[in-house]
Amino acid sequence: MKYLIIILSTILVNNVIFSQFLGICPFLGTSKKTSTAAGMSAAVIFVLTLATLVTWLTNRYILIPLNLTFLQTIAFILIIAALVQMVEIILKKISPSLYTALGVFLPLITTNCAVLGVSLTVVTKEFNYGGVAHMLSLGESLVYAVGIALGFSMALIIFAGIREHIDLMEPPKGMKGTPIALITAGILALAFMGFTGIV
Amino acid sequence: MSNNLQTFTKGLIKENPILVLLLGCCPTLATTTSAINGMSMGLATTFVLVLSNIFISLLKGFIPDKVRIPCFIVVIASFVTLVQLLMQAYVPDIYETLGLFIPLIVVNCIVLGRAEAFASKNPVFPSMLDGLGMGLGFTLALTLLGCIREFLGSGSIFGLTILPETANILVFILPPGAFICLGFVIAIVNKLKKESH
Repeated sequence: MKYLIIILSTILVNNVIFSQFLGICPFLGTSKKTSTAAGMSAAVIFVLTLATLVTWLTNRYILIPLNLTFLQTIAFILIIAALVQMVEIILKKISPSLYTALGVFLPLITTNCAVLGVSLTVVTKEFNYGGVAHMLSLGESLVYAVGIALGFSMALIIFAGIREHIDLMEPPKGMKGTPIALITAGILALAFMGFTGIV
Repeated sequence: MSNNLQTFTKGLIKENPILVLLLGCCPTLATTTSAINGMSMGLATTFVLVLSNIFISLLKGFIPDKVRIPCFIVVIASFVTLVQLLMQAYVPDIYETLGLFIPLIVVNCIVLGRAEAFASKNPVFPSMLDGLGMGLGFTLALTLLGCIREFLGSGSIFGLTILPETANILVFILPPGAFICLGFVIAIVNKLKKESH
């Protein structure tokens, strides 16, 4: 039940894009086509979960015992960058087909602030899932990360679908490209506000 | 000298990181709920940008080309941690409001972008000016957006009440307002750019 609440709240209520504003660059950059959007989503789900697992363990078993939590930002960004490189190398070796599908998106993920944002959030912020405010356990953190990644994918794919249609329209000249995309995202965010309060 | 001046001013308007180049959207949308928040975020980023540009320009002879990106990230992350600790100590209120977006300066594309595109190829003084110009351009855009959103959403600018509470359009300080507001501002900038050509 607790995990269900975390999933629902991260996908719908606190959607990573429409209410937390993390990962806007890939959201605007890879949403011109639904196929690109799907590729980026898959890469984000994969890396975000893995990165949260590794950074949570590093924080718990290295940084906290050594009293080095002020190094979180530096340590996490290095871990994420190294992890993305490693995933790229491993995928190339064991699953070339998956590598060709995700390949282009992997290097972009290092600068996706959703990844660093989520790894920092789960180790620094107290959450209220299940009634009592507490730091997230490893299991909860992973579910949180998966929820955030699914929320990101949903937002990205819906948005890409809408943008494909906008391309066929004729907006006012100054509005073409990014401005109309941003306003569309605003209207989508407005729709997502309707979920406020369901969990 | 005129060259240096150009390095400094290009970031302010012609190559404004947000309004023209569209870099660093996340903090732009998230922290501009009021003019003061937008400005503090901008200044924090400027601080990191100037210091990392100076430092990377000094180190450019020592960093091997193959591992330059991780090196840049370490330099940037160190300065971000510095800003984080300073803000926590001296302006705890603002630190609390900006929250996660202070450590996230590390992944702000502008900072790494300037390190890679400018500081790693140019001497120290121009690099500093470049960082300062880009940073102030970023601050300018953030403050502008903050003013617009604060004015529409809570009827005040920099906390100074102008409109009565009944005239507030709440949605502008909520997430959807951020997207819509930035969309319109960029549309206006595009329009002005076309007319000036």
